[in-house]
Amino acid sequence: MGKVVVITSGKGGVGKTTTSAALGAALAQNGEKVVVVDFDVGLRNLDLVMGAERRVVYDLVNVIQGEAKLAQALIRDKRLETLYLLPASQTRDKDNLTPEGVEKVVTALRSAFDWVICDSPAGIERGATLAMRHADVAIVVTNPEVSSVRDSDRIIGLLDSKTLKAENGERMEKHLLLTRYDPVRAERGDMLKVDDVLEILSIPLLGIIPESMDVLKASNVGSPVTLAESASAPARAYFDAARRLKGEAVPVTVPGEKRGFFGKIFGRKAA
Amino acid sequence: MNLLRFFSRSPQSAPAARERLQVLLAHERASTGDSELVTKLRDEILRVIAKHVKIDDDKVSVKMERGDQVSTLEVDIEIPLDAAKKKPVNSGKKAA
Ligand SMILES: Nc1ncnc2c1ncn2[C@@H]1O[C@H](COP(=O)(O)OP(=O)(O)O)[C@@H](O)[C@H]1O
Ligand SMILES: [Mg+2]
Repeated sequence: MGKVVVITSGKGGVGKTTTSAALGAALAQNGEKVVVVDFDVGLRNLDLVMGAERRVVYDLVNVIQGEAKLAQALIRDKRLETLYLLPASQTRDKDNLTPEGVEKVVTALRSAFDWVICDSPAGIERGATLAMRHADVAIVVTNPEVSSVRDSDRIIGLLDSKTLKAENGERMEKHLLLTRYDPVRAERGDMLKVDDVLEILSIPLLGIIPESMDVLKASNVGSPVTLAESASAPARAYFDAARRLKGEAVPVTVPGEKRGFFGKIFGRKAA
Repeated sequence: MNLLRFFSRSPQSAPAARERLQVLLAHERASTGDSELVTKLRDEILRVIAKHVKIDDDKVSVKMERGDQVSTLEVDIEIPLDAAKKKPVNSGKKAA
């Protein structure tokens, strides 16, 4: 049985899709069998970021409506044998996602893959709540600025109330991924500090991804950053995050700072 | 600081982005959904084949790749050895 991970945030443009591709690829690069699922129905983008846009035939909505079999809609990555994509529909809207349909698809994927990574749309409506519904683990993608932190707090509330785990009285495992972290602005004091964000949201830190041109370049050529620029700072940060997701204790470093962050993170209690 | 990288001027990635978008948007604007066309083709191809052999829906894979001039359609159908026996050719005539 695989793990279902939702990549969520509330706010748009914070790096959910980038993270879905990079983490999915990082896990697959370590031999895990991974499927990334685009839940952003009507505004799909994960196919572009993964470089599979020319190969999309069927999508999540086709599968849910019974117009295609799940196996026919899955696109295998051309570079990584164990990485697959289930694209979102571009022409229909999210009302085509039914809770029963999503449950069927996620259940089938869970039994066939080690990891099912769900790329959530922005917002707190149907699309976002369906993407998180069946998750075992949530990665809350946050930028170090006020509106993103506020929206993340809202999403954490939904994760603790609207998911199957929450409804069954179980605890949802939540991790914070701080992305687009700019060391120069942090140094100048113009950005929320890592400590501050952690204190406000009080969920454990999965990693810090620096703001980097390498992310832009990777999306231009249609390749997850861990594949396109595997030695770059953001790629290394994503590789580390993938290892932590698997349960390894990997020390966190704040970009631009030499000192480790290990003690702090693991000394902190989860909410 | 990575001066080496700065001076080595790795190939630009923006032209790749431009090319990919041109192909993608040309197809998206042509609307009439590629998936509908592919579904139609698949169903008709399957109907023809099903006249002669029994095939399993799960053993059919349809793939497409869009290019800027032509797209390719790849239909993969597994036909088991004994398929012809299971469903003899039916000419459509009713038994007298
Ligand atoms: N670490 C990063 N450094 C630089 N740009 C980034 C980084 N992460 C994301 N981006 C850029 O930010 C934009 C939004 O990212 P995206 O992953 O699509 O966000 P979301 O899915 O949350 O809306 C994209 O242009 C992407 O290339
Ligand atoms: Mg997105």
